[in-house]
Amino acid sequence: MIEIKDIYKTFGENDVLKGISATFHPGKNNLIIGGSGSGKTTLLKCIVGLHEPTKGAVYFNKENFTEMNFEQRVPIRTHIGMLFQNSALFDSLTVEENIMFPLNLFTEQTQAEKLDRANFCLERVNLAGKNKLYPSELSGGMKKRVGIARAISMQPKYLFVDEPNSGLDPKTSILIDDLISELTEEYQTTTVVVTHDMNSVMGIGEHIIFLHNGEKWWEGSNKDIAKTDNQELNDFVFASKFMQAARTKL
Amino acid sequence: MFYSLGKYILLLRLSFRRPEKFSVYWAEVMREMVSIGIGSLGIIAIISIFIGAATTIQVAFQLSSPLVSMSIAGKIARDSTILEFSPTISALVLAGRVGSSIASQIGTMRVTEQIDALEIMGVNAPGYLISPKIIASMTMIPLLVIVSIALGIGGGYLACVLSGDITPDDYITGVRDGFDGLTMQVALVKAVVFGFLIASICAYQGFYTSGGALEVGQSSTRGVVFSCVMILFADLVITRIML
Repeated sequence: MIEIKDIYKTFGENDVLKGISATFHPGKNNLIIGGSGSGKTTLLKCIVGLHEPTKGAVYFNKENFTEMNFEQRVPIRTHIGMLFQNSALFDSLTVEENIMFPLNLFTEQTQAEKLDRANFCLERVNLAGKNKLYPSELSGGMKKRVGIARAISMQPKYLFVDEPNSGLDPKTSILIDDLISELTEEYQTTTVVVTHDMNSVMGIGEHIIFLHNGEKWWEGSNKDIAKTDNQELNDFVFASKFMQAARTKL
Repeated sequence: MFYSLGKYILLLRLSFRRPEKFSVYWAEVMREMVSIGIGSLGIIAIISIFIGAATTIQVAFQLSSPLVSMSIAGKIARDSTILEFSPTISALVLAGRVGSSIASQIGTMRVTEQIDALEIMGVNAPGYLISPKIIASMTMIPLLVIVSIALGIGGGYLACVLSGDITPDDYITGVRDGFDGLTMQVALVKAVVFGFLIASICAYQGFYTSGGALEVGQSSTRGVVFSCVMILFADLVITRIML
């Protein structure tokens, strides 16, 4: 479980996050949604420790992550898997080496065991046999899937996903969403997904936080969205005519 | 300026923190050694032969007097090559070849979130990315300078054979005459220091890149320019202290 308590983040004079609190439970797809510049990615970076919050704290299973130094964070970090917006695969390494990278650094497994794990992760994301390809030889969707394979290689307790659908066609987007959802259920990970893709919101949003101007504006599930009278959320979710039409049928 | 110097020193301190796994870092050091050492051999060989040859011809031209033995030209060319041309010019060329590669590689990793990915995994990113490059650079650049010295003196011999300004025998006699081991020590100290400067300055520039492709290019340029200036400054300081 991850708890964030009263998170503030300021860059110079710009208050990006204003007192956000939330709890993310294991085995659930927790979505952070909001318009561009609402602070979604900054919040995610504060949670994983890439940004230090100006005020407030992040707790991983009741342990105060914000107060820890680099060395103290390492044991928690080995339980974190993250998929970046642009996948962030290491260009100089093959697909297999990318997946084995955390295993090489943080486990005492033999080469054969690491290879087995890499093959298992690749099969899990339907990329069996692509071991020797380099990231430059992969499509956007394949990169995302390799990113997921790398993120789950250490069997993480916490899975963070930043804009999983950006730059993907609708069919591949659904495939990635389904994969994230399946992995969350299968491994009971605490999954936090930052997105502004409405298909993801309606498809896998078991727990949703809506950010507006750096504040938590609304919290609920995909089932609650259609019934909400929150003006900003409605403007965001039902901005397109297609979504407005879909709402009437819900 | 002091802010940047402080950031540079802190980054170096982080770079030499205890590695997560020694074997992984060692493999990285070996990979960098091949990239820096073997990868730069060609360009170092070419510039060394030409500079050695040009130096010998110029010294012979300046000493064209019946009162001076032509073997002196070999001696002067040898000492100039060992003390200045091989370490300094090699380092300036390597700042362009190796330094720009380090800055752009690390800079690209920064803007494509690969460094964030390392940090999320719990890897000490400065240690994993920078320390192997500094170690490899401080090891391989002295070896390249030794090769450069040998080829520079060889280039001088070729110039003698081809131009006839000095007889090869006079040149060989001059090269062998009154060799002082201190000159080699100075060259190697310079090479080690230059290696450190190239890798650390360019890595610093790359590590703190923000933005996109344009900024990666700017970091790379800044890395090369700053390391060239620092190489020339260090050259003066080392020469003053050791000679």
